[in-house]
Amino acid sequence: MATRGFTGHRPPDATRERLPPGQSLTTDFPVLQIGPTPRIDLATWSFTLRDGAKPIKSWTWEAFNALPRTQWGGDIHCVTQWSKFDTRWEGVSLDDLLADAGVPAPTDFLLAEGHDDYTTNVPLADLVGGKAMVATHVGGLPLTPDHGGPARLLVPHLYFWKSAKWVKGLRFTRRDEGGFWELRGYHMYGDPWREQRFAGD
Amino acid sequence: MTEPNPRPLPWLKASIVDIRPVTARVKAFRLRVDFDRPAIAGQHVDLRLTAPDGYRAQRSYSIASAPSSDGIVELMIEGFGDGEVSGFFDGVAEPGDVIELRGPIGGSFVWRPQDGGPLLLIGGGSGVVPLLAILRHRAIAAPDVPALLLYSVRDAAETILRAELADRARDEPDFSVMLNVTGGTDGRRIDAALIGAALARLGSPRHSYLCGSNAFVGAAADLLLDAGLDPATIRTERFGG
Repeated sequence: MATRGFTGHRPPDATRERLPPGQSLTTDFPVLQIGPTPRIDLATWSFTLRDGAKPIKSWTWEAFNALPRTQWGGDIHCVTQWSKFDTRWEGVSLDDLLADAGVPAPTDFLLAEGHDDYTTNVPLADLVGGKAMVATHVGGLPLTPDHGGPARLLVPHLYFWKSAKWVKGLRFTRRDEGGFWELRGYHMYGDPWREQRFAGD
Repeated sequence: MTEPNPRPLPWLKASIVDIRPVTARVKAFRLRVDFDRPAIAGQHVDLRLTAPDGYRAQRSYSIASAPSSDGIVELMIEGFGDGEVSGFFDGVAEPGDVIELRGPIGGSFVWRPQDGGPLLLIGGGSGVVPLLAILRHRAIAAPDVPALLLYSVRDAAETILRAELADRARDEPDFSVMLNVTGGTDGRRIDAALIGAALARLGSPRHSYLCGSNAFVGAAADLLLDAGLDPATIRTERFGG
């Protein structure tokens, strides 16, 4: 359905090719979160991998930073319709975390948990194989608290609500359990190229 | 809410009923649209515009009207001169035009009458819009819930619905407004003293809702944490970079 009188500002073809449907390019780095930025002390920070309620392994900030480092560069896409190109991230891949934990993945589904009690689900297959990391740096600088510092999940091929800020752990679940937004009508998977914003998309 | 809502959220056709200026930059658009589910105060909608060749642009706007069954939704759209979508609404849209709309959306920055209060609402600029929906709903459905709106604008002339807010503050015994102007010679940013004054007037809030620019919401949320509020009682919504 064409909108009477709307012509639009088409971005250049090179930009359009990189924009998933319904997205617009921003050069800012918008901040979206459900509440205040939590105040996190690195002296007590930890990252915990759990199987259900049972801890598999925890890392202190120091131990976490001793793990092998991973880098990723590319475009990110937020369900609030902005995309940002050519971002550069550094952190620890889920492959390296699982290897350090020394156990095979007990299930195929995970819930990421934030210090602000935010949760979001991501299938194991979307976290391993170099597809995701727990990021500590963006653009060569430590993540600021507004952007999820000291550490956030980065799953850049999914809408950015999956990249939980202030991540404190990942929990294996028996089945694919919805997190904060997924229980409020957002899509369980969230592929920007299939425009999976809301349940049923 | 504990179970996902598996029902698809369809694109709906919304027709513009009327348009009226609210400030020099902001216009109120009343749209006729039949939501297939009830709205909750604080939610937003996505609007989609389509060019003749199929090119589309999509943006989110907060709902200013209280949830109702009359099929009318009010949005406040700020006209940024060259904005792809806001420019269309500012310069092209007319009553009778049909726009594609998806919603209501959002389950975090929302208030239901049973959530109770006291309610501390802090808005910067057009960030007041979802707070208006909460205030309007409260006045109808839960007028005994104490509420205070701390509303910060650069210039008093940019105050959205100043007359309605003044009327409400006069007529609704449990509601008060504190208007803060940041620009000009007497301008001041929201600070600890202002938050302290708001909390003294309202009492300890059960829920706080903060909406505005990124910098505004970040600063206000930090001030509330400094004042000792429980982070779990503070909800935030931000726009812009």
